[in-house]
Amino acid sequence: MSGAFLQQLVDSLAALMLLVSFALLAQHRMLSVLNWFAAQGVLLAVTAVVVAYGTDNHELYISAVMTFLLKGLLLPWLLWRVIKELHVHREVEPLMNMPLTMLIALAVTLFSFHIIQPIEKISELLTRDSMAIATACVLLGMLMMITRRKAITQVIGFLAVENALFFAAIGSTNGMPLVVEIGIAFDVLIAALIFGLFFFQIRETFDSLEVDIMQSHLIQEDENE
Amino acid sequence: MNLFLIVLFTPLLGGLLLAGIRHPRWAARANIAIGMVTFTFSLGLAMQVLNARGFNTLDGWFHLDAYNAFLVALTAFVGMTTAIFSAPYMRHEFDAGRVNARQMRLYHSMFQLFQFGMLLGFTTNNIGVLWVSLELATLATVLLVSLYRTPASIAAAWKYFILCGMGIALALFGTVLVFFTSSSVLGHGNEALTWTLLHEHAGALDPFVMTIAFCFLMVGYGTKVGLAPMHAWLPDAHGEGPTPVSAVLSGLLLNLALYALVRLKMLVDGATGTGLAGHMMMAFGILSLFVAAFSLHRQRDIKRMFSFSSIEHMGLMTFAFGLGTQLAGVAALLHMTVHSLVKSGIFFTVGHAAQAMRTQKMSEIRGLIRHHPGIGWGLMIGTVAIAGFPPFGVFTSEFLLFTAALESNPWTTIPLLLGLLIAMAGLLRFVQPMVYGETAEQAVSVQVNMLPVYIHLALALVLGLSIPGFLAGWYEQAATLIAAVSAGGGV
Repeated sequence: MSGAFLQQLVDSLAALMLLVSFALLAQHRMLSVLNWFAAQGVLLAVTAVVVAYGTDNHELYISAVMTFLLKGLLLPWLLWRVIKELHVHREVEPLMNMPLTMLIALAVTLFSFHIIQPIEKISELLTRDSMAIATACVLLGMLMMITRRKAITQVIGFLAVENALFFAAIGSTNGMPLVVEIGIAFDVLIAALIFGLFFFQIRETFDSLEVDIMQSHLIQEDENE
Repeated sequence: MNLFLIVLFTPLLGGLLLAGIRHPRWAARANIAIGMVTFTFSLGLAMQVLNARGFNTLDGWFHLDAYNAFLVALTAFVGMTTAIFSAPYMRHEFDAGRVNARQMRLYHSMFQLFQFGMLLGFTTNNIGVLWVSLELATLATVLLVSLYRTPASIAAAWKYFILCGMGIALALFGTVLVFFTSSSVLGHGNEALTWTLLHEHAGALDPFVMTIAFCFLMVGYGTKVGLAPMHAWLPDAHGEGPTPVSAVLSGLLLNLALYALVRLKMLVDGATGTGLAGHMMMAFGILSLFVAAFSLHRQRDIKRMFSFSSIEHMGLMTFAFGLGTQLAGVAALLHMTVHSLVKSGIFFTVGHAAQAMRTQKMSEIRGLIRHHPGIGWGLMIGTVAIAGFPPFGVFTSEFLLFTAALESNPWTTIPLLLGLLIAMAGLLRFVQPMVYGETAEQAVSVQVNMLPVYIHLALALVLGLSIPGFLAGWYEQAATLIAAVSAGGGV
């Protein structure tokens, strides 16, 4: 495969990544959120394989396999189990209406392109164009975290941010060194397990997975006696 | 080198060992023993580093210099005294039925795992591994904050987890950006994340990318330092977790985050050649000082009140590191030491006070000095020390900080002084009625161990009266190291 073709392939994968991030934000049903999240994981693994092939970087194949297993299969499956056992597979319940969220998401994307474009000019890597998209995906994940009411959608937003960071690492720097990559994957796994543990504790204690109800138990400093 | 391996792996092996000890009393003893071993060897290691003026070990994967060797010793010391304090404290909680044997096992195991994360973070030479270890220490403490399984503690742990997870994700993005520019200088491998190499070649890194990277790192690691306005997690996590955890969060974890930020600032200064990073840190520092000083007055929970005092002091340190001169560096390092000592000492005392008065509400804690003179005096002296009265070390470091600020940015002394006065007024306003007056009715007698508190306060006193020669030399060495880059950057 020629360099130009690979370049185009990586660019299309980056575009798909952005699309999936938008799709994740636009879902109304919990299960479709999960499906898109799994799709994002698979997309990441594919990107890693393409970049690994294009740059002849064998360490990246290992990260690709790890990503596929962890983010494409294990985490979505764990979340699916949680949703099923806690019977929350209904609506997503956004705090803002969808058209407004989408408009903000659009503005966020434009903003990322605006700040990152000067950086991309200095790089000579195969994948330099994807930095702006990775930044946009990080911000979209955060948007998802702040516009959702349920703890579980917050977590998916959190994991989507992690995915976007991983995409930034493979997409724009051809992958971080393997030691760091493994360390990060390990941390994400532990974090996901703790999240899972929390879901059950939260459910048991509050009888709800809504963040507002949970936070009302904390002592508010400006509350009047 | 062997010393280093012992220091690093004792907590890890200890944590695994403690996961297997079922009997809480034995686990508490083993916890103390592990802390003592780590501390003893860390002292030896510190001497070694001081004589050799810094070296790399294990193929350059770990780097030890005056800056981090001193923090390793401090971490091991506070870890040890916290273990000593936690033995009677946690036994009381266990007897009161607030935790069961399984939770005690989790507590001890996670405590040592947290220590491992801290020591790994301080000594690693790879900024990627630094990120991983900070995340590890955070995850270990998340489980500790929710230990009591009360609604408030779970909510606090969730908030801590989400906010710090987000912060730390931003820091990872900053690290990726650093790698983005360094991989074109140092090649595509571990070298491009190795701090010592990055430090040598800082001038070749792209200044624009490094500036954007620092924005992410500042907000990311700043969240973990507890800087305003990203501090929302800190009071809840400190207020709801077990007291030994509040003590190590305040005394140690915040230090690691600030350490990471300063290490990266050194790189950014070298790349940009401007004082931008320093100015950002100064701004965040002053903002945190003010937010914390005012919030302090509105608290009703004793642990939350002192956690705002931690935000205030982290703000001061961030400001001092931001100034970037050698004197400011000495002030910041000294402040880091005395704050860790005094604040963890205060949390030990507060823990006993809350057990004796059976509440954390400040309005219901009354007459500590009559009920139990040890706790009362400990709280009073600790508060006086942390508020910055002479002859304690906090006064000395704040004095040095003001001198440094007067030299380079004189106008900043006015907001600094104002913030400190407001915070001091808040502390004394709450602590005075808790210590004096009639003892509250609900008070019970508890088994207390004030020895760690006295040791911490005595050390802070010694540091205030006269800093021992070797320690002063140590601070100067470390401050020169930090300031050298900043000066080269033309601040």
